[in-house]
Amino acid sequence: MHTNLLPLLAVAALGAGVTAALPTGHAVAGTISGTITFTGTPPKMRPIDMAKEPTCAAQHATPVMNENVVTGTGNTIKNVVVYISAGDHPGAPPTTAVRYDQKGCEYLPHVAVMQAGQPLEIYNDDKTSHNIHPLAKLNPEWNKSQPPGSPPLNATYAKPEFIPVKCNIHPWMHGYFAVMATPHYAISDADGKFTISGLAPGTYTVTAWHERFGTQSQQVTVPASGGATSDFAYKVTPY
Amino acid sequence: MSRIRLMVCAAGFGLLLSVPAGVLAQAAPQTAAQMPTGAVSHIGNLTGHPDAGRRQYLRYCVGCHGQDGDGTGENAQWIEPKPRDFTAAVFKCRSTPTGTLPTDEDLFHSVSRGFVTTNMPPWAPLPAQARADVVAYIKAFSPRWQSEQPGTPISVPAETPVTTASILHGRELFQKMECWKCHGPAGHGDGPSASTLTDSKDNPIRPYNFSTGSRFKCGVTNADLYRIFMTGVDGTPMPSFADNLKPEEAWDLVHFLRTLQPIQSPEATLWHAWLPAHAGELRPIGPDAAGQ
Repeated sequence: MHTNLLPLLAVAALGAGVTAALPTGHAVAGTISGTITFTGTPPKMRPIDMAKEPTCAAQHATPVMNENVVTGTGNTIKNVVVYISAGDHPGAPPTTAVRYDQKGCEYLPHVAVMQAGQPLEIYNDDKTSHNIHPLAKLNPEWNKSQPPGSPPLNATYAKPEFIPVKCNIHPWMHGYFAVMATPHYAISDADGKFTISGLAPGTYTVTAWHERFGTQSQQVTVPASGGATSDFAYKVTPY
Repeated sequence: MSRIRLMVCAAGFGLLLSVPAGVLAQAAPQTAAQMPTGAVSHIGNLTGHPDAGRRQYLRYCVGCHGQDGDGTGENAQWIEPKPRDFTAAVFKCRSTPTGTLPTDEDLFHSVSRGFVTTNMPPWAPLPAQARADVVAYIKAFSPRWQSEQPGTPISVPAETPVTTASILHGRELFQKMECWKCHGPAGHGDGPSASTLTDSKDNPIRPYNFSTGSRFKCGVTNADLYRIFMTGVDGTPMPSFADNLKPEEAWDLVHFLRTLQPIQSPEATLWHAWLPAHAGELRPIGPDAAGQ
């Protein structure tokens, strides 16, 4: 045969290599984990006076604190959304809904993280009406009433955005929808810890977002096996 | 200076003074809005064009709404509530569901009618074509119109008869939907949450006080009132109750709300005739026995 088989073999090998590198759910186990801490003095959170809504005040033995800044032992920060902002492959949004509850005149969770296009279900578990007013700027801004006993409200957000959520009837209620472009994200827990999983080996830009302290980014390389660490430290001031 | 020279100077000066304001305005900096081609408006038989609308805007609207349509015209700092920011594409008065864009007719009605109790006057004295043109221009301030169609206008079924039963049911809904929490038990805008209300730009805002007259920001008729709470007043604390009220219930609420106004509507007349003999039967509006 006169045909040079070498180029064909090279292409075949390249094809096999490319196939191996594509993320296939079960085969990819890389993680990025870390802890979010602060230096300096954070703002003091204050107790919320729910006297105007007795049915909610009654649900709390001690008044709940404002959740703008939630810190933990070891100067850690809770509710920091950590996500891959570059180097990622986009994925189709999950079809399982993210749940957002209005309970005791609080939003649970304080920050609901979801992928763009993922369904969101909003529940009113209280004996009072709430109005859900997500103050979106890139996505449409809507405002709906949800009396007690109503079925859950369904919503979806098409564009990535950090959306403040409020209830106009109960002005102390503040929450966020964190709408992600990437399928790889996490939120720091009460100990400031997070883990992003399901990552193929490679270099990524990891971004941390906090509602008060803002955004920071780092380059992180996920090795061929095992995980990578990515800690974030915020310099904070009381006001 | 010779007489002829003086006359030529005077004529030139006179000519300068007579240049229409529109031409001078066009010498002003370009707006940030890029005019998409074909972004016309359709209102009835009228087609409005953004190029013509721009001239109207720079004559009548720019002082409050600003060169970039973002509500920061030079008058804005002194007026309350603030002028509409067209770049946000969030509008109070619509026939379309909350979160959706208004129709061209909605914008045309808002421009024509103005917003009672605000600095936005009724522009009805302008020719309809001028108003249609300005609607087309306003749409160019937000890119949202390029990628999104206006919402589907909500259906407003035929109004149910005005009866005491309808008004009483509307009163129960006013209690159950907790309208009183902002609007107050008698609709005076003095409910427990009224003092803490802010609009979507964090400016303080007050709920509608039904005792101030017969008109609303978004109209005057019962159908207008129906649309207000079934589409919500976007950009403000007033939500949409479309998911919570059936059409007949919505008409009942409309009939009750009319009794809160100091006007001789059929609803108010019927209600005030019925009330003296039955007032004792009514539970007061407000927190119930459970304190809620």
